[in-house]
Amino acid sequence: MKNLPKSVELLSGIDHKPPKQKGWMDTPVEIRKGMYCYASNPKSVEYLSLPNARPWNPLEDDWKLPENWQQILHDGFKERLERFRSFKIFMDICVRCGACADKCHFFIGTGDPKNMPVLRAELLRSVYRNDFTTAGKILGRLAGGRKMTLDVLKEWWYYLFQCSECRRCSVFCPYGIDTAEITIMGRELLNLLGLNIDWIATPVANCYRTGNHLGIQPHAFKDMLEFFVDDIEEITGIRVEPNFNKKGADILFVTPSGDVFADPGTYNCMGYLILFHFLKEKYGLDVTWSTYASEGGNFGFFTSHETMKRLNSKMYMEAKRLGVKWIIGGECGHMWRVIHQYMDTMNGPADFLEEPVSPITGTRFENAKSTKMIHLVEFTADLIKHGKLDLDPSRNDNLKVTFHDSCNPARGMGLLDEPRYIINNVCNHFYEMPPNTIREQTFCCGSGSGLNAGEDMELRMSGGLPRANAVRHVHEKYGVNMLANICAIDRAAFPDLMKYWVPEVGVTGVHEMVANALILPGEKERTTDLRGEPLPGMEDEADE
Amino acid sequence: MKIEDFLGSRKKDIIEKWFNRVIETYSDDTAHFLKTQKDPFANPVGSNILSGLNALFDGLVSGGDEKEIEAFLDRIIRIRAIQTIFSPSQATAFIFDLKKVIRDIYKNELNKSDALMELLLFETRIDSLGLAAFDVFVKCREQIYEIKANQERSKIFRAFERAGLVTEIQEE
Amino acid sequence: MNVNYIFSLIAVVVLFLLSYVGVEAMGLQVIFGVIIPYAAFIVFIVGFLYRVMGWSRSAVPFRIPTTCGQQKSLPWIKQNKIDNPSSTGGVIIRMALEILAFRSLFRNTRMELNDQKLTYKWEIWLWVFALAFHYSFLVVLVRHMRFFFEPVPLVIKIIELLDGFFRIEFLSPVLKVGLPGIYISGLVLLASVTFLFLRRIVNPQVRYISLAADYFPLFLIMGIAITGIMMRYFTKLDIVAVKELTMGLATLHPTLPEGIGALFYVHLFFVSVLFAYFPFSKLMHLGGIFLSPTRNLANNNRAVRHVNPWNYPVPVHTYEEYEEEFREKMIEAGLPVEKE
Repeated sequence: MKNLPKSVELLSGIDHKPPKQKGWMDTPVEIRKGMYCYASNPKSVEYLSLPNARPWNPLEDDWKLPENWQQILHDGFKERLERFRSFKIFMDICVRCGACADKCHFFIGTGDPKNMPVLRAELLRSVYRNDFTTAGKILGRLAGGRKMTLDVLKEWWYYLFQCSECRRCSVFCPYGIDTAEITIMGRELLNLLGLNIDWIATPVANCYRTGNHLGIQPHAFKDMLEFFVDDIEEITGIRVEPNFNKKGADILFVTPSGDVFADPGTYNCMGYLILFHFLKEKYGLDVTWSTYASEGGNFGFFTSHETMKRLNSKMYMEAKRLGVKWIIGGECGHMWRVIHQYMDTMNGPADFLEEPVSPITGTRFENAKSTKMIHLVEFTADLIKHGKLDLDPSRNDNLKVTFHDSCNPARGMGLLDEPRYIINNVCNHFYEMPPNTIREQTFCCGSGSGLNAGEDMELRMSGGLPRANAVRHVHEKYGVNMLANICAIDRAAFPDLMKYWVPEVGVTGVHEMVANALILPGEKERTTDLRGEPLPGMEDEADE
Repeated sequence: MKIEDFLGSRKKDIIEKWFNRVIETYSDDTAHFLKTQKDPFANPVGSNILSGLNALFDGLVSGGDEKEIEAFLDRIIRIRAIQTIFSPSQATAFIFDLKKVIRDIYKNELNKSDALMELLLFETRIDSLGLAAFDVFVKCREQIYEIKANQERSKIFRAFERAGLVTEIQEE
Repeated sequence: MNVNYIFSLIAVVVLFLLSYVGVEAMGLQVIFGVIIPYAAFIVFIVGFLYRVMGWSRSAVPFRIPTTCGQQKSLPWIKQNKIDNPSSTGGVIIRMALEILAFRSLFRNTRMELNDQKLTYKWEIWLWVFALAFHYSFLVVLVRHMRFFFEPVPLVIKIIELLDGFFRIEFLSPVLKVGLPGIYISGLVLLASVTFLFLRRIVNPQVRYISLAADYFPLFLIMGIAITGIMMRYFTKLDIVAVKELTMGLATLHPTLPEGIGALFYVHLFFVSVLFAYFPFSKLMHLGGIFLSPTRNLANNNRAVRHVNPWNYPVPVHTYEEYEEEFREKMIEAGLPVEKE
């Protein structure tokens, strides 16, 4: 009842202005429901032999930290300053011009000032100045330094798991300071104390053991794909035959396991199967799936560089064991940041593989000649350009499509025009969202970097608001009803986001649309798309 | 002059004051951003609130269609329902801010006959809007819980589990 | 009241009093005219090198450019060679645009068509004033080099001439009033530094993130600009004597000529403090921007392997271990295995 106004106040109206703001260092963190993810399950932490596995609860006062946690953090900080020039420079050179402040989708959506990228970084910088700079050691607060206390630690944890490492702020920074890099380091430090979230820790443990985030065992992985084979046969009349763990295949295909188990990624997975079948029938291309390297995504990337490397190692090891020529990767966001910017350095050189050359078009993928792994979207775009696919885009005529650039392929790679080229060739109605929300300025889905759990739904809905707002714009203006993307986290997160903000818009991967348009040799007349929805003009036939 | 006409003629002023009061429920620095960034895509919160308030005001003055008014309420409340910095009352109280704004503007008219009566009648409309706001707020919150509960992912994951297709680490 | 800028303001006022009283009342010309400038110069050089070397000592384990345009992939897809460079040449252009034109900061601005009229958003002023500030500072710095060369190199003379082309002269047959040529750079510097300061206190967002360390250099540079302008346009200054002093410093034969007012020593002291403060502060962004790994690396990751100097082996879960655990289920499902 404390909010009930007094009668005098009633006349003048209730004042909702928040109390006069103190400086950010004097505003202690308040861990709010809906904005954080549950703490890591100790069993998962233990399975990877990571430090301080124990049950703990972020809402409790005692986080069960090791006795010398401050020392551990200090030493860890120091080590990372020496190992990563990026970290050291980003700690030193920010001038706090504020150009990044309103570029973060979490700031825009939540209105919480500590979600301004500059402040997120200052959470670490303040401790850095106190511990590692002369001025900070002497002047303390006046030089912007502060001691590492339990409150500061909690603040780190809360806000470092409210950053999706999307790098949008980095685009606008005059020095290229990348908050993703700072969040990555911060989370690495938190992991030294066992402060991970379970939505990351358990997938990582699963992936280490079974090869994929969900812990799908080999036989079950095969079963799942065979369900799709049945579905495809029902729709097209063609029985596709995927290879598993096949030695001597031309190409190893790795995609995020999200495509194998959750809608609408599963339709995209059917898309891959159909495309590979087509290529096998027409051009004899031999592609194999692997149950051991059955995860393209890498939640290790959201834990530490070391964990990322441990999980990623399977791709090259499996390619070597199977003796394939090179690797194709499916549609995924952070997976591609890891492959593009980290894999070769961490687990290469891949001298046992060949430089990727499309056996169908003869195109030499010179941009991947060292890593020897190309994006399926690059591969398909090349096929379409050379007229190697038989496409009937009118089968996607019921779709009005817009394309969401996933953060990592956009800002950690630059894969922008290839997916657009494919979309424009497989469907007839494509509309761009406003320019300051796409390409390198794309807004995150709000659920990246391991934040796509259920318990932090308010965080995800507010972080996804800028993206959803742009989708609503094209929905209202052009009648857009399908949001295409090339990321498994997008496909998992957008259905929820759309349900809340723009319920009329569905979510699809790009290769689902490719497969709908692709005419398989000998197929029966299709009456439905891969989702079992009637194709345009087939509404009556589909009912029968 | 009827109160509707009077308020209609002062619309720009009223909306500006009302908007400022809503924006001031955020912290200073956020409020500044919400107010000054005019690009609707860079600032969805500010722009949706502004367009929502405009439409709500028009609806109140012209006695607009209930469904339509609810849609505009939804625009604003849908956002505030997921901004955890607000309690439910804080999230919806902005409707009643309009009373304060209108009283300030209308107080010089009050000596005319019927003016007070008209104001009171108009304020009952604002009151019912406030109640409608509460409905919308609850609807949005219910939706959030529904999404949380029906998370597609976990649903399918559990299906796997039932089929014995996944193992948990603890089986070690 | 904002404690951060009050503190910085007080610090600069104290510095002013220190040098003014020191010279005027205590006759400490030797300290403020010779010892401190030398010391500051040494601190600047050594400190700057120390910081840059400190950064270079840290490894660059991964190649992590922020890509802001289309990558180089298929030959028929047009690459954005500047914002997503794949070659050293591209990186050099990207860096040059970043350093010389503040390209990323410019992204902060947006043009908008309103009623057929092109309007710029407020943010453009940050870019404009940041550019104005840095370039006018550079011109002022170069212009001051005339005090350290004899004869003055032609380049400096030309810059001086261009800078001072805006001359206020009132010439009539009866009365001839002429101000010395007004240097635009000095005025622009003062105007832009004032803007940057006001922006910090007026804009609540920027105020919220600002530290004392953000206000201090602004006040200091304001102090430098104001004392400089005072000496040039309002108080009498014996230029010849000043040049004698500066040439003495430059040739390592310091002399302290008579007749130089305390204001000059204040000016010199402010400059010395700025130099000495530089390496320990955010002003080091001057050096840091060249080393920023998200900007100074080419996005050719998959084409050219980047080597991590501290890449160490990590525990992995091998295929053998995997098959060991799941062999029976794999065989049952018809999956090929290594060991039957």
